Amino acid sequence: MDDASLLWFNSKAMNKMEKALHELNEMDDLAAMDSPIHHLSPLAKLLTTIAYIIITVSFHKYDLSGLMIMVLWPILLFSMTGIPVRTCFYKLRIVLPLVMAVGLFNPFFDKAPMLMLGNVPVSGGVISMVTLMLKGVFCLMASFLLIATTSIDALCAALRKLHVPGTLVTLLLLTYRYVGVMTEELAIMTDAYHLRAPGQKGIHISAWGSFLGQLLLRSMDRAQDLYNSMLLRGYHDHFHYVEMKPFRMKDALYTLGWIAVFLLVRYVDVAQWMGSHVMR
Amino acid sequence: MHMADALLAPAVAATMYVASGAAAGVSIHQLRKDDEQQKLPTMAVTAALVFAGQMINYTIPGTGSSGHMCGGMMLSALLGPYGGFLSMIVILAIQCLFFADGGLMALGANVWNMAFYGCFVGYYLIWRPIMRSHWFGEGKGAQRARVIAASIIGCVVTLQLGAFSVVLETSLSGITDLPFGAFVAIMQPIHLAIGLIEGLITAAVLCFVLESRPELLRDAQPAGDPSKHSLRNTIIVLAAVALVVGGGLSLMASSNPDGLEWALFGNEESGYAQNMGLDEEDFGVSSSAADKAESIQEKTSFLPDYSFANSDSSAGTTVSGIVGAALVAVVALLISFLGGFFRKKKK
Repeated sequence: MDDASLLWFNSKAMNKMEKALHELNEMDDLAAMDSPIHHLSPLAKLLTTIAYIIITVSFHKYDLSGLMIMVLWPILLFSMTGIPVRTCFYKLRIVLPLVMAVGLFNPFFDKAPMLMLGNVPVSGGVISMVTLMLKGVFCLMASFLLIATTSIDALCAALRKLHVPGTLVTLLLLTYRYVGVMTEELAIMTDAYHLRAPGQKGIHISAWGSFLGQLLLRSMDRAQDLYNSMLLRGYHDHFHYVEMKPFRMKDALYTLGWIAVFLLVRYVDVAQWMGSHVMR
Repeated sequence: MHMADALLAPAVAATMYVASGAAAGVSIHQLRKDDEQQKLPTMAVTAALVFAGQMINYTIPGTGSSGHMCGGMMLSALLGPYGGFLSMIVILAIQCLFFADGGLMALGANVWNMAFYGCFVGYYLIWRPIMRSHWFGEGKGAQRARVIAASIIGCVVTLQLGAFSVVLETSLSGITDLPFGAFVAIMQPIHLAIGLIEGLITAAVLCFVLESRPELLRDAQPAGDPSKHSLRNTIIVLAAVALVVGGGLSLMASSNPDGLEWALFGNEESGYAQNMGLDEEDFGVSSSAADKAESIQEKTSFLPDYSFANSDSSAGTTVSGIVGAALVAVVALLISFLGGFFRKKKK
């Protein structure tokens, strides 16, 4: 096989695992950037993000104008951190299909006109569909920004501060470490398989069990050695987090200030208020 | 099946967080009690492997499409329900945080829909009873058959429960205008097909483990006195399957009249019933015996017309379905016992 066809096979087999690895590395790189938001306490960012998501989804399904204002917070964070919006929107391909599948039915069942765009009546179903999709996009942006400005170690430290059990947090941290290793290993295995079985779409039924099974057996044995080496290095029940930034006054102000703003725009339709003042 | 934040109302999301949190609390407590903390690295490595393994495409012969394996069943078969459940939580958390697959607020619901059913229902009601039973006889071949049966039944049942929960949670959140019944009718059959394929792939991987290292599989060896467990285990499996088939599928049962009813009363355009002078309320043989029989039937049937009395709700239909399936199971057991009794007499 010449180099060109090898390259072609490689690009065809730039499999899901390699893409996932790329995405993981990308998120790690973003979290290592430097911006005022990156320097905030992870606990402050976690609490603000949760508040933002809860308040965003709590908007009524017809309250499109009220919801619109919520876009400003993620936009502000994107511009303050310099994180590319494109990376975030690439992730929409996963979350939007189910949201769209659910929302697309609304125009068929809720046909009562709710507002007029010129001479075109817009039904309640269309408004609720758009609201649902926007909620999906906004919430995705918020959780993306959280993880793009916070490393997994810092986030785990924040979870410990919130009294999430140590077992679960340690497991999350360990699994995250091994996700990279395992994904890389499986990416190599998949590439090797595809190079030996050109033109085949996936794993043949004859190798369904052994393909993953072999790696599984090897890994489970290695895990025991790993635990022994952890014990030898002094591990006892939980990890010590060096990355935990203290929760300072500016973190408290950031959290409380934003939650107050979110609550304000939730109960006062700022977009409509601004619109009516401009029209006056 | 990963739900986004937008598909849930905060109250529903919070409820699911509490439910999943309670299950996680019990799991952590149990792991500590059983002194299985040393399993953390094994759990992490296996979880990472399942995470990556779910991205492998397995070609489905003769279709040209591909499937993936079922994480919950696989993890609970390898790590037990508690370890499996915690591992699934971290897989779902990583998918949510780094790949935007499911939302941060919806994590509680996603854990419930995918991890709880897959690990607890899948393990206690399907995997363990089947593996400890003596289905398919004795020997290596039978053990293999039990692994295949447990994987397929487990994946189908747990995916059906998960898909039904997605519909229930979305509908309770008031997100969609799609009627509950129609939503169920879309989701359940899709996940039936997915469950079957995921079950087959999971079975293939677990069979490989059984062949190479059977000690890694939970309950791979039948425990205790077989005669004590086999019937109970069989009943547990049948009850779980009946619950899903009766509960889930009865919601899909057509609300339209069946063919005969439609032909007689529903076909108003043709005016058949009118022409023939038929009335649905007053149709049938009219005699004092028939009236008496009808009044007895009305008194004894606690779920008239397969639903709660005076209720048109789909919940009524579901409960009727479950009760109906349970009654059929009881009758089937009675028949088999009677058969055994008569056979013994003949001998």
